Amino acid sequence: MSYIEAKNLSVGYDGEVVGKDISFTVNKGDYLCIIGDNGSGKTTLMKTILGLKKPLSGEIIMGDGLKKNEIGYLPQQTVIQKDFPASVKEIVLSGCLSKCGMRPFYKKEEKALALENMKRMGIEALQDKCYRELSGGQQQRVLLARALCATEKLLLLDEPVSGLDPNVTAEMYKLIEQLNKDGVTIIMISHDIESAVKYASHILHIGENIFFAEKAQYVEKMNINLN
Amino acid sequence: MEKFFSYLEYPIVRYALIVGILISLCASLLGVTLVLKRFSFIGDGLSHVAFGAMAIASVLNLTDKMYLVLPLTVVCAVLILWTGQNAKIKGDAAIAMISVSALALGYLLMNVFGTSANLAGDVCSTLFGSTSIITLKLSEVMLCIVISVIVIVVFILFYNKLFSVTFDENFAKASGTNSQGYNLLIAIIIAVIIVLGMNLVGSLLISALVIFPALSAMRLFKSFRRVTVFSAIFAVTCAFLGIAVSIIAGTPVGSTIVAADIAGFLICCLAGHFYAG
Repeated sequence: MSYIEAKNLSVGYDGEVVGKDISFTVNKGDYLCIIGDNGSGKTTLMKTILGLKKPLSGEIIMGDGLKKNEIGYLPQQTVIQKDFPASVKEIVLSGCLSKCGMRPFYKKEEKALALENMKRMGIEALQDKCYRELSGGQQQRVLLARALCATEKLLLLDEPVSGLDPNVTAEMYKLIEQLNKDGVTIIMISHDIESAVKYASHILHIGENIFFAEKAQYVEKMNINLN
Repeated sequence: MEKFFSYLEYPIVRYALIVGILISLCASLLGVTLVLKRFSFIGDGLSHVAFGAMAIASVLNLTDKMYLVLPLTVVCAVLILWTGQNAKIKGDAAIAMISVSALALGYLLMNVFGTSANLAGDVCSTLFGSTSIITLKLSEVMLCIVISVIVIVVFILFYNKLFSVTFDENFAKASGTNSQGYNLLIAIIIAVIIVLGMNLVGSLLISALVIFPALSAMRLFKSFRRVTVFSAIFAVTCAFLGIAVSIIAGTPVGSTIVAADIAGFLICCLAGHFYAG
């Protein structure tokens, strides 16, 4: 059984279809890159996987013990976050919220988990800093640490490197690669086909032509020169 | 100062202080979330709705207007929140439309069907609060205390969830938090606070109690908890000073509190300027 199996999925909003006939599977330990042009429905597809939007048709089946609230999400930045007064610690800790249920406050273990994930992302020194004063790369690390507090199973990343400079981008990719090696399954939206091919195990191309395959097949089909 | 303490012997003055401080405190707690979520306008729209509801209640000659005004405002809060989320620009226009209509129709109703001898005075005090110290019955004070305690307890219990929903609604939703439910909770609480606050500062000025503490705190502090705590302290201080001045100087209580808020905000702006270097 796979973590996620999508069958003939159509996604869109306000009744308008932006992507149709999308089928793919994600297994434990995979690193799937979703690529496609602007407006081809990448973010909409991701929101559908997360359950924020209903699929217009087709279905998404979750299995292998993956529960709905065990998906960590790294969204694109919103306007609200740009001037939001919040410390790094507060934001990372808020990833533990799904573990709380109706309990109003965080337990010791959850605070420890938040600290551990801050260390893992190399941001424990920033924990009392204000989120809006951090650099783009640091902000992404904060959001990654938060997502890791929510789950160790599956992370969905929506263009995690957009707006970052080349050095920071490379670091970010390394970080994500390391997480994948530690056993975290990754689904990532990317603009950057070159890096997608370098790091991913599977590629889903959406838009006019929908294509889902292991990386090797994709490279062969697209005739990409790998060196 | 002595004059102020001698006034404290009157129950009316004590009631006004208790109610004023509690309402300001409650409004400021929710204010942080509303300002950050770009929902400040909801408070403004709702206060106009509450005015309209108040007009209907006085035309109907209800003895306890609260029973009509409160549910009506809560219903409108829920409606505004939903339209505002489903279509951004249309939502904005919808709120403007609802609030202006409520204001106009409210005044029209009062004018045509009103039985009061002092219509202008009634309208003015509904819009801007009482001209002098507010006169409250003990039962009204008790109601206000009970509701305030409920609001504060709910806020503390859901503090972490409200933070998460405010900072990143999509993430909260994706990790299984019922963000729609919390938005609803926020809307209902703010409607309740607005209706309560109308007695104090009037329907036009109530949004000041919501936005000024949050905006002032955001000039100075950088974590959500500190912003929340400071805005609560700010609100209580300004409410106390405003009411005290209005008693001593005989100024209208609502606008004096708001004036204290404005002064506080300017001080925080200045302080933030130097603090940040």
